[in-house]
Amino acid sequence: MGDRLLEVRNLKTYFYIKEGELRAVDELSYTVNKGQFVSLVGESGCGKSVSALSIMRLIPYPPGVIVGGEIIFDGKDLLRLKEEEMRSIRGNRIAMIFQEPMTSLNPVLTVGRQISEALETHRGLSNQDAIEEAIRLLKLVGIPDAERRVNDYPYQFSGGMQQRIMIAMAISCKPALLIADEPTTSVDVTVQAQLMELLNNLRKEFDTSVILITHNLGLVARYADYVNVMYAGRLVESGSIDAIYNQPSHPYTMGLIASVPRLDLQRKESLHVIEGTPPDLTRLPQNICAFASRCRFTLGKCIKAMPELEQMGENHFVACFRHNETKALAEAET
Amino acid sequence: MKGDGALIQVKGLIKYFPVLAGVLKRKVADIKAVDGVSFDIRHGETLGLVGESGCGKTTVGRCILRLHEITSGQIFFEQRGITQLKGEQLRCMRRDMQLIFQDPYASLNPRMTAGDIICEPLLVHNMVRGNEYRAKVAELMKMVELDPRMEDRCPHEFSGGQRQRIGIARALATRPKFIVCDEPVSALDVSIQAQIISLLMRLKKELALTYLFIAHDLSVVRHISDRVAVMYLGKIVEITDSDELYANPLHPYTRALLSAVPIPDPKIDRQRKRILLSGDVPSPLFPPSGCRFHTRCWLAKDICKESQPELRDIRSNHWVSCHLVV
Repeated sequence: MGDRLLEVRNLKTYFYIKEGELRAVDELSYTVNKGQFVSLVGESGCGKSVSALSIMRLIPYPPGVIVGGEIIFDGKDLLRLKEEEMRSIRGNRIAMIFQEPMTSLNPVLTVGRQISEALETHRGLSNQDAIEEAIRLLKLVGIPDAERRVNDYPYQFSGGMQQRIMIAMAISCKPALLIADEPTTSVDVTVQAQLMELLNNLRKEFDTSVILITHNLGLVARYADYVNVMYAGRLVESGSIDAIYNQPSHPYTMGLIASVPRLDLQRKESLHVIEGTPPDLTRLPQNICAFASRCRFTLGKCIKAMPELEQMGENHFVACFRHNETKALAEAET
Repeated sequence: MKGDGALIQVKGLIKYFPVLAGVLKRKVADIKAVDGVSFDIRHGETLGLVGESGCGKTTVGRCILRLHEITSGQIFFEQRGITQLKGEQLRCMRRDMQLIFQDPYASLNPRMTAGDIICEPLLVHNMVRGNEYRAKVAELMKMVELDPRMEDRCPHEFSGGQRQRIGIARALATRPKFIVCDEPVSALDVSIQAQIISLLMRLKKELALTYLFIAHDLSVVRHISDRVAVMYLGKIVEITDSDELYANPLHPYTRALLSAVPIPDPKIDRQRKRILLSGDVPSPLFPPSGCRFHTRCWLAKDICKESQPELRDIRSNHWVSCHLVV
């Protein structure tokens, strides 16, 4: 670890829709080191998927535009590459696993054909070799009877198996960076455990960096090295896994962690609840803290200026005016 | 599992869905969705029903509500058999039992206003007069913490959490005694999930409701339920008090399910033993012989392949169906 693989600097991805300008991702900066398992956490609409699609340069235009920022990958700014150059990176050096395998796999092609396509394009394998490689990959991700099933269509597999096929496709070119966008939200807990173990083992085997996009704080605790918490398009807190879980300092992070019912603690009468709903990004007030309207600790200054990310510890950054007090305030409440 | 104080009693419930084939649509096989399930739900209790997709948990809920015709078995509501009810009697009973759906997007008619959606059950059951209508809508919306001024909006103007609140208000409209909550929070974000769970728990207390809470998320089920039943391939494999189940899970499947749920604290999670189940749930078309879990069980012995274990009371009200638990 320590070698930088990806650096996102001041990324701004806006959507221009009839309601106006929607700042899906605003001034977002984070880094991913070689071999690191980074997680991007937040609720729907907080911009975590859009930031991933921005790295892949897959933002639909119109309405989406990457307005500013840099995405440095392997020393090159991805946002300045020509489309052909980007195509040689996408699916090859950077691969992505999507949330719903059923809608991201092509229903009219066999799974073998879908996996071999990338192998032929990026690794220049012949048709025959590519199919053989596809069988090897299917075995690697735990599809039984791979020689026969390589000729099956996606609908013939269960949801968990389809996601394994997506993983096989994603790792087919041994990517340096793997982006997994909510890979397990549509499957059962037991299958989720299988898939995450598989992903984690493959990452160790190939020394791949992973960005896991999720709202499941349990998965993050189990697998990630580093956590970035997003709210309304911006980073509100980031830190090493221990910093975030031992000393969450942004009220939003604290709320997120506390609102998950836990199996290891005594049952409580009531769950901690973050009041209100995530803000409408087209009507987001600028230059104030976006979380202020839902926050328990809002002060006058929170609605006068936007808090910047400040360093709290060696590996810990928080964007909150009251980050030094939040822990004491929360303790005083309970 | 005695019947006294029970609001709902389910005895030997079986539901097979026929598989039809050919021009004559002859039955070629049965999907054994629910295969001999018995349990009680006491007054004011929340029974959690957990299991993987396809284990039959939703079918059980729908059978109790008489939304499916059952294949065999008996269901009692307030000591009265309801499997044979027809016509007006069935309609009357339906007032007392309602359903909250999983998907707040698909379960609300996009062309109706929130107010009309909420009050439709009252119209169906002739429980409201014209001049009371608006007051009733307002009352129900307040009950689920929605602003009554939003009654004229259509579902697409609400967020996911608000839509689920509309679904809950609709279920409450007829003042039911019993509500089947079918994965009510699975489609929601964490912070909204916590809001809806708290709302359901508050309503249960205020309105003296009884819930059957169906979900696959064990941490949520534990939080809300008094007792929990674990289902696997159409059968209940373990049923006991919520705290007992989590402190002392006996069935291997329950143990695997619990260990698959990560705990949002890296220090504690790293120390837990993990059991990784291999493969998927087998098809309910051809369930495995003997114990249905034996194909994925890491403890399976010969006896597990040969004979079906019975649901036995191992210690006071902790029922398990496993040959290897003594």
